[in-house]
Amino acid sequence: MIGNELIALSVADLQSLLRRREVSAREVIDALRERIEAVDGDIGAYLSLDIEAAIKEAEHANIDLPLGGVPIAIKDIINVMGQPCTCGSKILNGYRAPYDATTVQKLRAAGAIPFGKTNLDEFAMGSSTENSALKSTRNPWDLSRVPGGSSGGSAAAVAADEAFGALGSDTGGSIRQPAALCGVVGLKPSYGRVSRFGLVAFASSLDQIGPVTKTVRDAALVISAIAGHDLQDSTSLNEPIRDYVANLENDLQGVRLGVPKEYLIEGIDPQVRTAIDAAVKQLSSLGAEIVEVSLPSTEYAVAVYYIIATAEASANLARFDGVRYGFRAENPKDVLDLYGRTREEGFGPEVKRRIILGTYVLSSGYYDAYYLHAQKVRELIRRDFASAFEKVDALISPTSPVAAFKLDERVADPLQMYLADIFTIAANLAGICGISIPCGFAEVDGHRLPIGLQLLGKPLDEVRILQIAHAYEQSTNWHKARPPIAPDVAKA
Amino acid sequence: MAGTSDLDVAYVARLARINLTQDEAKTFQKQLDDVLKYVEKLRRLDVTGVEAAAHALPVFNVLREDAPRDWFTGEQALSNAPRQANGLFVVPKVVE
Repeated sequence: MIGNELIALSVADLQSLLRRREVSAREVIDALRERIEAVDGDIGAYLSLDIEAAIKEAEHANIDLPLGGVPIAIKDIINVMGQPCTCGSKILNGYRAPYDATTVQKLRAAGAIPFGKTNLDEFAMGSSTENSALKSTRNPWDLSRVPGGSSGGSAAAVAADEAFGALGSDTGGSIRQPAALCGVVGLKPSYGRVSRFGLVAFASSLDQIGPVTKTVRDAALVISAIAGHDLQDSTSLNEPIRDYVANLENDLQGVRLGVPKEYLIEGIDPQVRTAIDAAVKQLSSLGAEIVEVSLPSTEYAVAVYYIIATAEASANLARFDGVRYGFRAENPKDVLDLYGRTREEGFGPEVKRRIILGTYVLSSGYYDAYYLHAQKVRELIRRDFASAFEKVDALISPTSPVAAFKLDERVADPLQMYLADIFTIAANLAGICGISIPCGFAEVDGHRLPIGLQLLGKPLDEVRILQIAHAYEQSTNWHKARPPIAPDVAKA
Repeated sequence: MAGTSDLDVAYVARLARINLTQDEAKTFQKQLDDVLKYVEKLRRLDVTGVEAAAHALPVFNVLREDAPRDWFTGEQALSNAPRQANGLFVVPKVVE
């Protein structure tokens, strides 16, 4: 098998090949390296690669393990021992992780090879990866457009066949939205399903790590490896892990799907709307019953999010003070000068804005009016989902109201950028699980731009949304479409 | 530098230990005033009697055994320090 065919494979197909000994783990790393050398100059998905370490692991890979010999790219906000972990920020310049995140330990235990660190918005704050202080990442479907964010590097790498699968993190849509904009699969597990230990914290009550993959089956394979209770994360749930892969093949007879009427708002691109309507019809033809439901607090989700997420970020990012790791301003005259200039020079504008907003909403005199009030509205949002899930098994919506937008188009207006997450944010506030899968294309300026379908599920019911997503995917060809930058062989 | 909200960016930035240039403070003031204006919509909601949210599946009083275990050596903990000496992080003089 030649390199171009090899790198286009899904994780599941790569595994079959490895197990039949038709290719070695070492050859897989070599093919991936060649692919990255060929296209990453255009895409910019990776911040760092350690080929030597990956080759060493490939040579000892146990192919019979669940992900044996499979390279997985890691968003550069998750610690991988011995590798940089920049968080897309200058403030972690020079830092090397002295430990593995629990998810990375678990990937290794499943035989996977952590391979390369992918670009992101600084500290995962953004929806386009343009807030990375280190490099820009471009959408493989149209290089003049953003890959989405904040896990834009992970999504672009998977879409451009520069990775078989990747880990991302999702605080308000940061796995699902870039997956939608790049035409791949992105799964945000329920809060507490996957350990956050070793994930650099942005908003601790919202953050979850999850997979970005080419197929739904691959997402099931990766979450099977990383899910579970962890004594090092007191918010991780001590609940049994279900068999995500074995349950994929169940059909949709008797499954009830809710379409939230508040999600079909003005401002959705008409091409996105058409694709979602068609996907709902398709799911219905597969046997699902479609029901209209109401999530009345929907219009408040973005506002609640930008109070709670910034409040938590202002506390979490206090640790970046130039003392214990990373960048330190030169020649500080005293300790306040050390803090003030290290953070001035080390953080980019979006991170500064969010720390300032978060500090404000927690400050004396404003805490009740902003933070506490927002936490109560958050409870209303959680209740909306709880009552909807009494009637239906899962909810359907667009992942993003628009397809990929142009680089620089939204940078000057943070509020416009925040509204890109309008359909994804509520799931993090409520702690439920969600997945984005390809469901069509928008034609814009002669380019085909992917559209994502979002399925939201009950807490810890990843099995159900994976099953629905798989049934839909297998009945369509969207996931087989490859971006123009894909090798010729994959276009056939 | 007063904007349309109560937020004084220059003052809060000092609390958050972030030095800002005047230009930055001015830009952020305008942008964050817009965000605060947007979040005003939350005031329309009556939340009387609503408990602040925990999580979808809240867990409480999570404890683990208080047992010693291997963790970073001093050397590992210092491995990323911008400045260190004698097994310690070095910072500018804090007390007179």
